[in-house]
Amino acid sequence: MADDAPQFRNPAPSGVVPDVVRELYARFGENTFVYQPTKDDAPTLWVPLEQRDAVLIFLKHYIPRPYKMLLDLHAVDERMRRHRDGLPPADFTLFYHLLSIERNSDVRIKVALNGEYPVVKSIVPIWANANWYERETWDLFGIKFEGHPNLQRILLPRYWKGHPLRKEYPARATEFDPYLLTAARQDEEQNALLFNPEEWGMKRSEREHDYMFLNLGPNHPSAHGAFRIVLQLDGEEIVDCVPDIGYHHRGAEKMAERQSWHTFIPYTDRIDYLGGVMNNLPYVLAVEKLAGIKVPDRVNAIRVMMAEFFRITSHLLFLGTFIQDVGAMTPIFFMFTDRQKAYDVIEAITGFRMHPAWYRIGGVAHDLPNGWDRKVREFLDWFPKRLDEYQKAALNNSILRARTINVAQYNSEEAVEWGITGPGLRATGVDFDLRKKRPYSGYENFEFEVPLANNGDAFDRAIVRINEMRESVKIIKQCMNHMPAGPYKADHPLTCPPPKERTLQDIETLITHFLGVSWGPVMPPGESCQLIEATKGINSYYLTSDGSTMSYRTRIRTPSFAHLQAIPYIIKGAMIPDLIMLLATIDFVMADVDR
Amino acid sequence: MNFFTPEIVAIIIEVVKGLVILFGMVIVAALLIWIERRVLGLWQDRYGPNRVGYAGSLQVVADMLKIFFKEDWIPPFVDKPTFIIAPMIAMGTLMLAFVLIPITPTWGVAPDLGIGVLFFFAIAGIEVYAVMLGGWSSNSKYSLLGGLRSAAQMVSYEVFMGIALMGVVMETGSFSMNAIVEYQATHHWFILSQFFGFCTFALAGIATVHRHPFDLPEAEQELAAGYHTEYSGMKFGMFMVAEYVGVVLISALLVTLFFAGWHGPFFAPIVWFVLKTLFFVMLFILLRAALPRPRYDQVMAGGWKFCLPLAVVNLLVTAAVVLATE
Repeated sequence: MADDAPQFRNPAPSGVVPDVVRELYARFGENTFVYQPTKDDAPTLWVPLEQRDAVLIFLKHYIPRPYKMLLDLHAVDERMRRHRDGLPPADFTLFYHLLSIERNSDVRIKVALNGEYPVVKSIVPIWANANWYERETWDLFGIKFEGHPNLQRILLPRYWKGHPLRKEYPARATEFDPYLLTAARQDEEQNALLFNPEEWGMKRSEREHDYMFLNLGPNHPSAHGAFRIVLQLDGEEIVDCVPDIGYHHRGAEKMAERQSWHTFIPYTDRIDYLGGVMNNLPYVLAVEKLAGIKVPDRVNAIRVMMAEFFRITSHLLFLGTFIQDVGAMTPIFFMFTDRQKAYDVIEAITGFRMHPAWYRIGGVAHDLPNGWDRKVREFLDWFPKRLDEYQKAALNNSILRARTINVAQYNSEEAVEWGITGPGLRATGVDFDLRKKRPYSGYENFEFEVPLANNGDAFDRAIVRINEMRESVKIIKQCMNHMPAGPYKADHPLTCPPPKERTLQDIETLITHFLGVSWGPVMPPGESCQLIEATKGINSYYLTSDGSTMSYRTRIRTPSFAHLQAIPYIIKGAMIPDLIMLLATIDFVMADVDR
Repeated sequence: MNFFTPEIVAIIIEVVKGLVILFGMVIVAALLIWIERRVLGLWQDRYGPNRVGYAGSLQVVADMLKIFFKEDWIPPFVDKPTFIIAPMIAMGTLMLAFVLIPITPTWGVAPDLGIGVLFFFAIAGIEVYAVMLGGWSSNSKYSLLGGLRSAAQMVSYEVFMGIALMGVVMETGSFSMNAIVEYQATHHWFILSQFFGFCTFALAGIATVHRHPFDLPEAEQELAAGYHTEYSGMKFGMFMVAEYVGVVLISALLVTLFFAGWHGPFFAPIVWFVLKTLFFVMLFILLRAALPRPRYDQVMAGGWKFCLPLAVVNLLVTAAVVLATE
């Protein structure tokens, strides 16, 4: 398995060497890299650890049309993996998923690490937003990053023992001792929550005055969930702040390693719990790439329609809470009325409201019910008028404008540097919407615009979302008018639940069906990743299959994680009400951050 | 045996009237909590409290029962005497201000008080202490920030609140509320001649009782509950009722000072007074339903840069007109 002389392997599935690979070979020599074929479009290159920084810096700064955004950084525990033919030997792998907006392309750099608890150099000096990702990798894998500004646990509490994503760490509650909360343990857990400013390089006082440290959250009306941010205040001015996350962590990535490919779908619903079936989409698309399933047109159209419904409900909730955070109490009630109407449609079609878990590997759970188009039409007749009214009554209000225009502002460069995606990126004027740039699930067949704004402030982020709802309405209308006929499930042995029609006619199909239902489908070994434009930004699932009924590693990249990391940078020097505006217009849910 | 001399009887009658006004006003203020919730519900596509009594009208009674029987808990970290006295100041001072209001020509506790308008300013000045002390004694950071905001807000808004009313006083030639109403009944309503005075005083009035959109000391989205974060039970109830007493008070003052109080054709004075006051009360509620909240520094800037100059100009012009017509 070990490659003494790494050599160039047959590149991307299409057989064409991607530009970035050619440029890297030209700069560092072909022998530096090991090319790993994957089932997605992102060229994947293994780099020796010593060369990593040089390669990353080259990709970020010196390559023409550079890869400015660090989209994702995480690790894989390779010690139990069986199918790693041709890959460099490794106990752990670090991967860096970079994205270039100018090229509209990705590259995945992998580094092999050896040893039980590897130690590597931090890349925070290269990408500031590697900070949280490296903390998370340390937290979940026990990989140490030297030179990291403050390598603390991030998702798990500080007193936690062990690193859960390591393969030796058990996944089931029955494998642990029962949890007992004694008085001593409670004290220990409470003390672990105390904030120590020195640890974060903050001063408690200047010569003339003391700073006030204010805990905003984990329970606060505007924290939108269990989110805590510690503010260093001078009067009401925020000198510095430390966001603290992890209160909503449920170990979704670990669960993916013990659920079958099929039974993990409901877990994805609860990642961005406002996104509903939109969360299923990147997961099932990535699994379908692994399995090589091509879904019928009708499935694509149904998936797009439901995803856009959830975009509307999610954005409506954003709009309501945003206006409420500005201090106007009324609009949110109207938006809940509208969401109710949307959920009526969703409920009629999927049978559930917030977490339908309705997409399946290779299709959707059911065909559309009779009369679905009437329901959809009712909603489309009702909703756009209301949206215009909100814009007129709430967003044109001068107090609201004064509160949000030029508040919590950042430009496109800063957005890219911090990995900000979605409406937060488009509000700075960057035309990057994956539905247009890399159409998935048949988005290329729809006519819609990508709403943009230029100022990158709180107001623009709201306006972009309002306009996105209008575009979603357009897409849903096209789905309604041109819903293709056909099956709602692909004809493929790995679809789930598997096709049953011919089970009683030949034994092969019966066996396949039996295994598919009892074990769940067995995905061929390989890696695939799917990025989608979710409600809050780019959401991706990076799946590694080791030829088993369960995923070997599921990496869930969520947009809100990156967005929260940027808060201190954006908000320093502003006032508490401005922070509330930033929190409101980031539009995060903590489940999406903590997973 | 001649205990009931005419003087004594007159005093007793006055005391009874005073008590009637006091309780009437507290009841109205409490009812207002229910009215506000119902009206907000109406405007917001929902019901509001509609279970207790007819259309929920006994909700207040239920709330009051609950709040009276709640444990009167004082957090261990607060400064006890100040913590207790703050809600009392809040409710007491605002209720005291009602002695000034001439409800009808014959009903009112002390509408003839010579220093009428000045007395109100004094009351408003003391009222600030309720919020400041409440915020400070709670020994909690959110409360403290609320108290700070309140102090800054009051200081800037009380400056021009006084100036805004000086036009009215100049035209009338008296500080007494009764005289002001009488003058309007015989001449014109001050809303006509003192329009800018009305605007600035109304703003300052809302700021004084920190109702939305000037509720920065208790801005929920920013400071949780602001200065009364640590309060519960009856002490919180007193802050709550004080807010509504404040709403009634400012509405009654606006009516008295700019809309000729009880004066009006056809109906009895009491009807006019109640109708006019109710109008402004509704306006207060509508403001809360309709407007977002400006930022703290924007509120301050609005006070110093807009309202204060406007009030001063209004004062100077009124003075010039009064001098010229004399």
